[in-house]
Amino acid sequence: MNHQQQSQRLHKVQLARPDDFDGWRRLARQHLAAGSVPESIIWEFGGGTADLFGEQVAPASPAAASNPQRTGQVPVVPRRFLELARCVACHRTPDRFALLYRVLWRASHGEPGLLDLPSDPDMHRLHRLGKCVARERHKMHAFVRFRQTPEVEPEHFSAWFEPEHHTLRLSSDFFVRRFANMHWSIVTPDESAHWNGQSLQFGPGGHRNKGAAPEAMEQLWKTYFANIFNPARLKLDAMRSEMPVKYWKNLPEAPLIAELVHNAGARSQAMVDSLPSEPPRFASRATAARATRHPTPSESIEHGRKSRISDERSESD
Amino acid sequence: MNSQKCESSILSPAADGVPVRLMNKLAILSDAAKYDASCASSGASRRDSLDGRGVGSTEGMGICHSYAPDGRCISLLKVLLTNFCTFDCLYCVNRVSSNVPRARFEVDELVNLVLAFYKRNYIEGLFLSSGIIQDPDYTMEQIVEVARRLREVHDFRGYIHLKTIPEATPELLASAGRYADRLSINVELARSSSLDSLAPQKEAGGIRRAMAGIRSRLDESRERSHSGRAAPQFAASGQSTQMIVGADDASDGELLDCSESLYNGYHLKRVYYSAFSPIPDASAALPLAPPDLNREHRLYQADWLMRFYGFAVDEIVAGGENGMLDPALDPKLAWALKHRERFPVDVNQAERELLLRVPGLGTRGVERIIASRRLHRLSLADLGRLCGSVARMRPFVVTRDWRPTSLLDNSGLRAQLMQGSAQMSLFD
Ligand code: SF4
Repeated sequence: MNHQQQSQRLHKVQLARPDDFDGWRRLARQHLAAGSVPESIIWEFGGGTADLFGEQVAPASPAAASNPQRTGQVPVVPRRFLELARCVACHRTPDRFALLYRVLWRASHGEPGLLDLPSDPDMHRLHRLGKCVARERHKMHAFVRFRQTPEVEPEHFSAWFEPEHHTLRLSSDFFVRRFANMHWSIVTPDESAHWNGQSLQFGPGGHRNKGAAPEAMEQLWKTYFANIFNPARLKLDAMRSEMPVKYWKNLPEAPLIAELVHNAGARSQAMVDSLPSEPPRFASRATAARATRHPTPSESIEHGRKSRISDERSESD
Repeated sequence: MNSQKCESSILSPAADGVPVRLMNKLAILSDAAKYDASCASSGASRRDSLDGRGVGSTEGMGICHSYAPDGRCISLLKVLLTNFCTFDCLYCVNRVSSNVPRARFEVDELVNLVLAFYKRNYIEGLFLSSGIIQDPDYTMEQIVEVARRLREVHDFRGYIHLKTIPEATPELLASAGRYADRLSINVELARSSSLDSLAPQKEAGGIRRAMAGIRSRLDESRERSHSGRAAPQFAASGQSTQMIVGADDASDGELLDCSESLYNGYHLKRVYYSAFSPIPDASAALPLAPPDLNREHRLYQADWLMRFYGFAVDEIVAGGENGMLDPALDPKLAWALKHRERFPVDVNQAERELLLRVPGLGTRGVERIIASRRLHRLSLADLGRLCGSVARMRPFVVTRDWRPTSLLDNSGLRAQLMQGSAQMSLFD
């Protein structure tokens, strides 16, 4: 096959997975060297063919390769671009690999500064896609919620998460660094990741386990969530823009939001309206004790606290 | 519902195995901690637990694991060790004269709660503060002990922020810095006369001395690391503070002057502004009004201009009237409208300092402009792609294909921009 044929005919290129950046990179390099024009490549992934890497690509002739302007010698790609491309590869938009290839092609065919030009429409789109993925990765770091698997030794934790893009692999390094000494699994609809304290394995996707009983610890987390909220400062839009509703179904604290919001007005109004009250009985003694550097009369404080806490309990139980 | 009650009634009855006593303590001690605005977990030295026994990592940028309906990030477990307090700071819900329910964590109880939350990926770490019980040293010892056990017994490598008690001895501050990523001492009020009247047991001089002590330890740890020898770890993400806004008559100018002197004098990482918020069982000496969130927001914007945009405090304050910022406009826009003679700015030529003064143009946008204009002359559409939106900038910039006509002379410009700015924020 001569160079002319290689660049014109249609190539179906098979990647191993929908987020197979390394595969794309290797094949893109081959096709670039062979001079395959962007319109001639169809990038496919996850098709399950035996030959994951598709056809062999013929190298460009030495003569052609010596003229990078015409045939696309593989350009020197800045590390920044590779990081961006790694993210873009995880986006669900169908033409992500084609777009990446087109940009590389242009950069090696007369537009050497392109990869550093964020105002170019193709680069602009890449940055937008990359930003979506980076955001999703960040939200995954934030919103994955582990539950302890009951009665398993050593401790095992698992989480169900539905990422908008293919960010499981991209984000799993973070979980390894953070929870290196824990055994854990993160299951998504597409794929799952499992860490046993030594190595990270990827397996098939799964389903949301609707029936799972909530852990006791979730109740404590919800207690915290409800009480750290200041009802006098309601700002729902700020909350929703940072924690979009699409994540709520897998956040144990989210079911509280509606009622917290519903009660907020009345609670803060009650604080504004309430008349100042008499200081509690222990106040003067505690202040006096401080002045004379005696320890706080802790029994009386203990006593005051117990009666209050039992009030709390009767109302909340 | 009783106004003094914590928010626990909306939780469904405790499920099997939920420790009710702990739940009640947590309710009280997180309710009492919500008036500290900071929940930041960024800036710590990078570390992970790959070579350790415990859990935890910090990656430079903090993570908000949830958001409360007040729009605030929930990154840390922010609690008080106890809300018993022998001080009587009138603006504070925990003051001795307040009738709120009281509780106290056992050290191990809190340590285990932090670890359990952390392992479930609920939090980045702990922000621990406390009412002052017995005396400042005793209280500080207890706070430090929580951090020590997390680090030494459990090899916890997540983020720890400790609120330090200025009256405690310097040795205790030193050991707090050994375990913590961040230390903070709240100055609370910009005017020391207000501190005298509203927080009679606190003393402005003592607060500043403690901050100076932290600063010199921070400097020391950095110097030693530059000289090559391993420096003992000391609060790598620095110190911060908080000021209450609207509890006294201090103007925005006074608050910002105070911040500037704190940033310069003690190298603070952040000054937080907290709009005075009605608290349960409030003191009669303080305004009982909803918190002025807009004022707080403008102060944060002004603070950013001061730190990242090269504005001096008096320039910022001059954008408003009588020492107060313009409540209707972000302070950069307010400044620009009073300095129309400096505009329009040519984005293809202007120096960085000038670009930073363009309303609607953030620091990142400025860097992108500078990188891109080396390669070609920018059009208005380029500017849009680089900076997100040009709506706010249009009256203030010149591009290859755009020059504002008489927009800048238009006396309706303020009103026009105000409408637009209702939905837009300068710092995105
Ligand atoms: S010292 Fe003052 S501000 Fe701190 S908890 Fe006690 S009363 Fe509140």
